[in-house]
Amino acid sequence: MKSVLKSVAIPLVQALVVLLFLSWLAAGKAQAAIEVHQFDNPVLQKRYDSLTAALRCPKCQNQAIGDSDSPIAGDMRQNVANLLNDGRSDSEIQNFMVARFGEYVLYNPRLDGRTWLLWGGPAALIALGLLIVALIVRARRRARVRALDDDEQARLSALLDRHRDAGNAPQDAKERS
Amino acid sequence: MNLRRLVLFLPLVVVVGLGAFLYQRLDDDPYARDSALLSRPFPAFSLSTLGDPQASLDASLLKGQVSLVNVWGEWCPTCKHEMPQLLDLANRGVHMVGVDYKDKRAKGRQFLEEFGDPFSVNLFDPDGTLGFDLGVYGAPETFLVDAEGVIRYHHTGYIRPEDVRDVILPTLERIAKPATGAAGEEASS
Repeated sequence: MKSVLKSVAIPLVQALVVLLFLSWLAAGKAQAAIEVHQFDNPVLQKRYDSLTAALRCPKCQNQAIGDSDSPIAGDMRQNVANLLNDGRSDSEIQNFMVARFGEYVLYNPRLDGRTWLLWGGPAALIALGLLIVALIVRARRRARVRALDDDEQARLSALLDRHRDAGNAPQDAKERS
Repeated sequence: MNLRRLVLFLPLVVVVGLGAFLYQRLDDDPYARDSALLSRPFPAFSLSTLGDPQASLDASLLKGQVSLVNVWGEWCPTCKHEMPQLLDLANRGVHMVGVDYKDKRAKGRQFLEEFGDPFSVNLFDPDGTLGFDLGVYGAPETFLVDAEGVIRYHHTGYIRPEDVRDVILPTLERIAKPATGAAGEEASS
């Protein structure tokens, strides 16, 4: 029994080790595909990292240029690095990319005529929700406090009377039987 | 009371409207979007040609006549399929300018020998610098440039024969007319 267990367990462990090794290799390869721009200046490095994370690759579906190994993303990273070394500002670099690839490349679209709904929509929806809640709360509070007027009082009494009659009816029937 | 009932349907109306809007956008090609360069001058460049490494051409090449600029490369399979359409346009007398993008000179020349050469001149852009300034993120891409050197139309990807008939030729005809001064009509493409 023990030897059967051994004959199963050992190949299983071996297979796992091989799999781990292969996945480690693959991970190393995937990282190697994106070249790393090193800056001596840590501030530039930080700006490079945040710019390449916030610029969208025009060729790939929903990847930042910092995450994509497509050739155009590589070219864009190279341009970002060059422009940073030239002393350009973040917004100048973004303008440079937008002039070539359109607003599409900005993961944080700017506020303009076409994007006001995008930026203002959530705030407007929250405001609308708060307004509706406030209206409901106010309506309920008012309904609780308000006394009945004469007309309503009369209707209420009539309803109560009718209900009392209806409630008595089956009892009458029971007494009769 | 009746009005309050109607208000209850408001969320339904909103959801159906939103659903219709999103459904209609479902078929959109995620790669299709307007070029950032429409109505802008063709970017400045200084490049040699595929035929002559000593040549030096700049954007004045595109002034004075309507041109079709096609960005291609030997490494681009779609460019081979597109060649018959480009040859057809060249036969109709369209001024064709090629940009051999991120290519080797020998391979680019071999490509033209094999699949035909509709271009009156081929700019050689081995580093893709002109391609980058054009916002090219693949090949083939095609631009129509008017006589003033302003980009008036951008086609991303493969040009089908029906695109030549339905879009390229009518657009060429439209921009060949002398400018009327109305910049607004350019947006219609």
